[in-house]
Amino acid sequence: MDNKSNFNFTFYLLIVPVLLWLILTIVIPHIELFISSFLVEDDMGDMVFSFDNYIEFFSQQIYWLTFIKTAAYSIGVTLLAFVIAFPVAFYLSKVTTKKNAGFLMLLLLIPLWVGELVTVYGWMVLLGDHGVINHFLITLGIIEEPLNMLYTNFSMVIGLLYMSMLFMVIPVMSTLQSLDDSLIEAACDLGASKWVIFTKIIIPYSMPGITSGAIIVFMLVIGDYLAPNLLGGKNSLWFTEQIYNAFLSTFNWNEGAAFGFLLLLLSSGIIWIALKLSGQKLEKVGS
Amino acid sequence: MDKILEIQNLSKHFDDFTAVKNVDFSVEEGGFFSILGSSGCGKTTLLRIIAGFQQESEGDVIIRGQSMKGIPPEKRPVNIVFQNLALFPMMNVRENIAFGLKRQKLNKTDINFKINEMLERVGLKGFEKKKVTDLSGGQRQRVAIARSLVMNPSILLLDEPLGALDRKLREHMKVELKLLQKEIGTTFVYITHDQSEALVMSDLVAVMHNGQFEQIDTPRNLYKNPKTSFVAGFVGDTNRFELQSASADTIITRGGWKLKLPDLTSRPEVLYIRPEALILNPDNHMDGVDQFDVTIKTILFDGSNTKLSTVVNESHEELLISLPQNAQFEGISEGSSLKVGIHRNDLKCF
Repeated sequence: MDNKSNFNFTFYLLIVPVLLWLILTIVIPHIELFISSFLVEDDMGDMVFSFDNYIEFFSQQIYWLTFIKTAAYSIGVTLLAFVIAFPVAFYLSKVTTKKNAGFLMLLLLIPLWVGELVTVYGWMVLLGDHGVINHFLITLGIIEEPLNMLYTNFSMVIGLLYMSMLFMVIPVMSTLQSLDDSLIEAACDLGASKWVIFTKIIIPYSMPGITSGAIIVFMLVIGDYLAPNLLGGKNSLWFTEQIYNAFLSTFNWNEGAAFGFLLLLLSSGIIWIALKLSGQKLEKVGS
Repeated sequence: MDKILEIQNLSKHFDDFTAVKNVDFSVEEGGFFSILGSSGCGKTTLLRIIAGFQQESEGDVIIRGQSMKGIPPEKRPVNIVFQNLALFPMMNVRENIAFGLKRQKLNKTDINFKINEMLERVGLKGFEKKKVTDLSGGQRQRVAIARSLVMNPSILLLDEPLGALDRKLREHMKVELKLLQKEIGTTFVYITHDQSEALVMSDLVAVMHNGQFEQIDTPRNLYKNPKTSFVAGFVGDTNRFELQSASADTIITRGGWKLKLPDLTSRPEVLYIRPEALILNPDNHMDGVDQFDVTIKTILFDGSNTKLSTVVNESHEELLISLPQNAQFEGISEGSSLKVGIHRNDLKCF
């Protein structure tokens, strides 16, 4: 039974780092957060069990309104990411040659190497009142006063799109690559117009890729802190900023923990509803 | 009978390569027409030009008297069954078959009627709700054919649809396809590299080689009276001999085998002899039969397809001979000598 013990050894060798990783960085902090989210300081300064941190979220308009706004914008950014990423993915997987696709893919990946902070500052340079775009428009005489683009919802959405779009391109591209061209020809042969081929064949076929891309983009965006904080204006309050404030401005860690949990639960809930509505299954998306 | 499909002097050039060269033929209404050729001979290109997926460089495709120039694939009265079937994996059997009908904007009752009729015809009743990915190879085959046939095309084009099936199932589907075609009467244009498929199913077979048609004939004629050297070598099993020289009434192969063949008009270069054309232990006085002795090297047992590998005596030529599996020849053993005859008409020289 040498083989079997070998297999077991390899299995444990591979599984232990994964489990350690998950337990140390995800499970333990979440247990800690979970417990502390149910604790409040009573009048004597002792920590006691209470739902107050959660009640606070629902009773204070500013908190749940921020969450709704954050969720709505995240859904919007996810849709925009799909609209922009799909043609890119289609071009890379079906139109251009393999060699070109590799090169273009490299170009798409460069912003990831640079890091989000640098790209966000890049957008600030571009969009600012004295930034590159305004400078050009004024020099060309198209506008006289600089456009107010930075520190608005517009600049925030641009920043969020820029950092998350690639995560839509890659899964959609990989499903499109497996789409046999003869399916498109068969649909064409059976009398389908380009629009019908797109809506009845290509989109349904790439649905698993679109769904997994949408989940990644949505989760990245709803949990992002940098782009809303640096590119969004005073009115673009993002829910992660509320969590940040609770932890580091008001030093109410218990409330911050509760908000963190609410973000996790509510965003998972939105994904669950979206999966139900689109008739997709999570297991299929993973493959 | 009316000509439903006419191909007029069709050519297709790619950059520095000509895939189809001056192909010219016509297919009659209700016929089963096969194009037989090895891979890379241009048959798929030809089919794709008929379907409209590729543009001809020269010539014309005419269906029911109407030129197809500039008509896109979705508007042509032909449907194609793809080599890999190209079933839509996200749809069930019924949705696959309904796909084309829905594009025609027919009403629901008509669509349902047509689908049910087609499902019954191809023996898939009760499978409507099944996912195509859950079907067996033969069933997927039938869905692909049903999906095209339900469109009631003038011509059904089939691109090696049996290629992916295992041998047993392929033999079965061959018969089934032929019967189906007889029953519905749609014109089939079938391309394949498998000569048995072409010979069994077709009314007419065109043998394609290097982008050109070598011969268009009935399966029997193709086998019995090949018109070119390529056809003689390609269709069916055969013995091939390079000829060294030929006099007025004798031909000599490279290996030094002499055969009598009177009334030679031209100087032939190759000789083909089918293994089953050889007569074992012929009578001495058969008319037009040349007799010679061979030595048996090995017996290649393969059931009804058993052959003898022999060497023609007083030469270096190897000759394959069919060995009927009846009691008469049970005594034949390796290393022994055997008298063999061949009729002059079965010596095919080119």
